[in-house]
Amino acid sequence: MSDYNAIIVGGGLAGCSAAIVLARAGLDVLVIERGDECGQKNMTGGRLYGHSLEKIIPNFAEEAPIERTVTREKISIMSEGSCLDIGFGSTKLSATPETASYTVLRAKFDKWLAEKAEEAGAEIIPGIRVDRLIVEDGKVVGIDAAGDEITADVVILADGVNSLLARDIGMKKELEPHQVAVGAKEVLKYSEEIINERFGLKAGEGMAWLTMGDPTLGGFGGGLIYTNKDTLSVGVVATLSDIGHGNISVPDMLERFKNHPSIAPYLEGGKLVEYSGHLVPEEGIHMTPELTRDGVLVTGDAAGFCINLGFTVRGMDFAIESGRLAAEAVIRAHSIGDYSKAGLGYYELALKNSFVMRDMDTYKGFPTILTMREVFEDVPAMVDDIATKLFTVDGQAGQGIIMYIVNTLAQKTSARELVDLITKVLEAF
Amino acid sequence: MKKMSVEDKLGTNVFHTDEVNSHIDVDKAYPDKEEIMKVVLACPAACYTYENDTLSFSHLGCLECGTCRVLSHGKVVKDWNYPDGTRGVFYRQG
Repeated sequence: MSDYNAIIVGGGLAGCSAAIVLARAGLDVLVIERGDECGQKNMTGGRLYGHSLEKIIPNFAEEAPIERTVTREKISIMSEGSCLDIGFGSTKLSATPETASYTVLRAKFDKWLAEKAEEAGAEIIPGIRVDRLIVEDGKVVGIDAAGDEITADVVILADGVNSLLARDIGMKKELEPHQVAVGAKEVLKYSEEIINERFGLKAGEGMAWLTMGDPTLGGFGGGLIYTNKDTLSVGVVATLSDIGHGNISVPDMLERFKNHPSIAPYLEGGKLVEYSGHLVPEEGIHMTPELTRDGVLVTGDAAGFCINLGFTVRGMDFAIESGRLAAEAVIRAHSIGDYSKAGLGYYELALKNSFVMRDMDTYKGFPTILTMREVFEDVPAMVDDIATKLFTVDGQAGQGIIMYIVNTLAQKTSARELVDLITKVLEAF
Repeated sequence: MKKMSVEDKLGTNVFHTDEVNSHIDVDKAYPDKEEIMKVVLACPAACYTYENDTLSFSHLGCLECGTCRVLSHGKVVKDWNYPDGTRGVFYRQG
């Protein structure tokens, strides 16, 4: 007889979502969390797309500690001293709970979700690092934390991007530098009014702003600004395999981003309240590990569930959906008393039919684009050249817009390279 | 905005640091400078510094991201684990 029906390692979004669904179904659930409270070891850019949590807690934004509801999108292509912005504001953005997205801070948000799990009947033990999984005859039967062994019918791994536990039992290969990016982020404090004025927002409305180009000096990665209630999340992300390309450190990329003339005015006067770092899975479906074995399932970042399209970055909605589906699989396994890989088979089947695997499959060509030098070096330079020519009037006779563009392309790239780039981008979409 | 050092930025965080035991085991005598520079440049907390051909490392201020582990496991980084429960960085914002 096991101590619990299910042990969940990690009290983040995947873990807490699974815990809520399992506890509601009457199963004995234990969540083990490394932080003193859930959320304390977690960090996001970040924005949460609400649709998957809506399925578990309808209208959650009415009570959850969200920061702002995103109604404005902005993407920028940056080079040294220049920045081309594309903005989109619409009453259609975040118009319904199912399509809404929210800026969030994880220490606050995850703590709330963990409380929901406790209300549903799950038990949470914080401040404990799980050292290893207990495996008997090829079946995971529990966990070991500092010599204390706790057994369960099934263990759900929601232990984050590094997932040393999935690696240690061979479900997941060691991460490779091209599969992950490092994010470094500052949370800067202002008044709510200053943020509203600077970003052109009404109270409660937020902006998500993603950039590529300059701060990484041509390296794979980009910058981000998300408006929280009375703080800004300001960060950079850099793919590990490309570290060293511009011979610039990650902390210096962040400083370079903050001091760019098109960024700095938005940040003036902010007081730093926290500095954080985290890894982001970047290779999408190509880095999916073994998702189930006898007595164990892998969810969320631990499974690499994330997509980065440049203008849209998703991971948290995948984590929540995968946590829910893992829980549904465990409920089915519990009802037939079979926690083997076959008994947990619903998880992989449901994932395959869900947006998680379908979206990662649709955009499976994207990780390739995000490791093309042209995208991060040549495109920003060309955009800078063309925009500068378009917007500069100096009394000299011009060439005409088409010739500006043709000449810039001819200077920066060969026709063959350009066709190759466009082909790859079209394939990825 | 006025430039802040990484050390000052980390000073705004809450840490319950294990001052004695490091959760990361670093080979400070690792011979390949190119490998060393990768972790020096990538670590968001600037835990790794390289001056006068000497690698220094301090786990104090580590943000537990795993960047150095993925970049250099088996090379500069001999062993990497999360700190013991109740130790390390504790985000209040995240």
